[in-house]
Amino acid sequence: MSLEDAFADGPAFIPYLAAGDPDYESSLEYVEALERGGADIIELGLPFSEPVAEGPTIQNAVVRSLESGMTPTRFFEFVEDLDVSVPLVCMTYYNLIYRYGDNSGPRPFVEKAADVGIEGFVVPDLPAEESDPLREACDEFGLDLVFIVAPTTRGERLERIMQQVSGYVYVQARLGTTGAQTSVSDQTDSSLARLSEYDVPKAVGFGISSGDHAERIVRSGADGIIVGSALVDIVAAGHEDGDDPGTVADRLETLARELKEGALSGASQRPPHSERT
Amino acid sequence: MSVDGKFGDYGGQYVPEALMPAIEELNDAYERYVLNNEDGFMDDFRARLRDFGGRPTPLQRAGRLSKRYGREVYLKREDLVHGGAHKLNNALGQVLLAKYMGKERIIAETGAGQHGTATAMACAHLDIPCEIYMGKRDINRQRPNVFRMKLNGSEVNPVTVGRGTLKEAISETMRDWATNVEDTHYVIGSVVGPHPFPSMVRDFQAVISEEARTQAHEQMGRLPDAVIACAGGGSNTMGAFAEFVEDDETSLYAVEAGGSTLEVDEEAGVAPNSASLTTGSEGILHGARTLLLQDRDGQIMESHSVSSGLDYAGVGPELAHLVDTGRVTAVNVDDDEALTAFHRLSQLEGIIPALETAHAFGYLEQVAGPDAPADSDEEADDLGEFVVVNVSGRGDKDLESAIEETYERDIDIAPNMDEFTGGL
Repeated sequence: MSLEDAFADGPAFIPYLAAGDPDYESSLEYVEALERGGADIIELGLPFSEPVAEGPTIQNAVVRSLESGMTPTRFFEFVEDLDVSVPLVCMTYYNLIYRYGDNSGPRPFVEKAADVGIEGFVVPDLPAEESDPLREACDEFGLDLVFIVAPTTRGERLERIMQQVSGYVYVQARLGTTGAQTSVSDQTDSSLARLSEYDVPKAVGFGISSGDHAERIVRSGADGIIVGSALVDIVAAGHEDGDDPGTVADRLETLARELKEGALSGASQRPPHSERT
Repeated sequence: MSVDGKFGDYGGQYVPEALMPAIEELNDAYERYVLNNEDGFMDDFRARLRDFGGRPTPLQRAGRLSKRYGREVYLKREDLVHGGAHKLNNALGQVLLAKYMGKERIIAETGAGQHGTATAMACAHLDIPCEIYMGKRDINRQRPNVFRMKLNGSEVNPVTVGRGTLKEAISETMRDWATNVEDTHYVIGSVVGPHPFPSMVRDFQAVISEEARTQAHEQMGRLPDAVIACAGGGSNTMGAFAEFVEDDETSLYAVEAGGSTLEVDEEAGVAPNSASLTTGSEGILHGARTLLLQDRDGQIMESHSVSSGLDYAGVGPELAHLVDTGRVTAVNVDDDEALTAFHRLSQLEGIIPALETAHAFGYLEQVAGPDAPADSDEEADDLGEFVVVNVSGRGDKDLESAIEETYERDIDIAPNMDEFTGGL
């Protein structure tokens, strides 16, 4: 299934977890729990040692994952070992993509990703200006390249990004780094309004932590919600408390279901004119 | 010199999308104010460098070093800039630029604390609030500078993630910038980061080589045969080299921190050195494509140097390019050689250098000193008759760590303090 197809039957719920957090086996179980909870696409983090776009929650997840031995090679094995049927997006930083294989650019990484069944990429430190080599490799192997649009993105930059984006556009709900919030930013509405004329699914991320947030954001016109830190918090707490991975997986599934149901509820309340055609 | 942000394959703008509009705004301001002197910005900057910063700094002939190394050794005395290091040139330039841009808040990262100190001074001078991120480990190594920053009214935020050094402080400052990008300017401390920072910081630091070039003509009646500068991120290096790049008769030497060894422990993700020009490989970090200390997967390694100011896993993209093209020669000096040079310069010339700076003198000793191995004759000859060493900063800030490291390493020319302290 392509990324865009995942938005065909209503709002898409897109959870994120760092692969290998806190260890390889538990992490497989956690990612699979997200699908049971209703995930339509899963963003799978390949940890980089300098995650400049992330807040403390995901930074710590990255540290746990790296300490447990996650590498790009292990990441591809992880994807092959996963038993999920929804599309997977690899979220990572450009240096890991650039350095993989023969060190001559992004092509070997993209080829391998396509081989193991990855459908697309989100690369937080790769703006549209520098993305041609990765875009070309993605085109060659039929993968999508998801771009982030920030509250500060306007005018020509927005146009440039929207020309390059495929799969869905990642709408950053507020300025700053990733991290669960207790309320939804008003910046989301104006960002969605700026994007309304573009015919590509719009998934909102950064700060969503509850079914209520999901409902509110989808009601505002989002085609999907992306949730990372609130889920990673569950993994972190379970790890710290020494909980059984099965119990942690159940908690992840429960929150995933709440988020998915929130999104569905938001879609049902949406005035007809704001629905995607 | 590049104004489009690319130096060969290096450079570029690899930052989160939220920062891109700010980078574009900064680039516009750089072109207008710095390159085109709009509103007399550069005149204002030069006047402040003179009156507040104490420029020009001398190009001083070092008599005893000249004798020791059998050639004319001149010192470009950036340690005499206000604050005690070349760092003020850049900090003052960027803080002034932020004021011209109408920004209301300054953030900066610092390793050894010298850039933080310079930024704090510039912010006090120009009346703008400032917060500085500094690794916890560096805070412990550089207490006098932390105190100086606070004295000047800046907040100092400890960074505890990772190993708590410059690399982590830069990442943390980028996070702050991504959150507060609309009213905040990030004063990057070296010729690193996304375009326009590497070019802009070089331009602010180029005053070093501009003065040195003029002074060389006045004092030597010619250009120097070689310019030697230590290289961490590379800001004093690029400042000392910039105006000589077109002068083919002048050789340029960038001296990196060889740390304890050039060998890396890939399994542990540790490079016990900061020699990214000598041992690094191409990659993308903190906004630019450049040479990095990284493992085969592209994970950034922990670097090491006895000098926290050189302790960084990357290097400026322009410097990496100049080394690739052969215009600059990258060499390295290890921790012990740097510490020994720290003591030697203090004893022979009455100048206590920063530990960063001591690396540059360590190279002179390595190839031209009385105990230099015979096979270094050729390298010594390459230095030529007139050599300029950039004294990037003074060593007051390093005294605490110099005391500790000196006694741990048993540096034979170090003073004996036992009779005063009962040992350390």
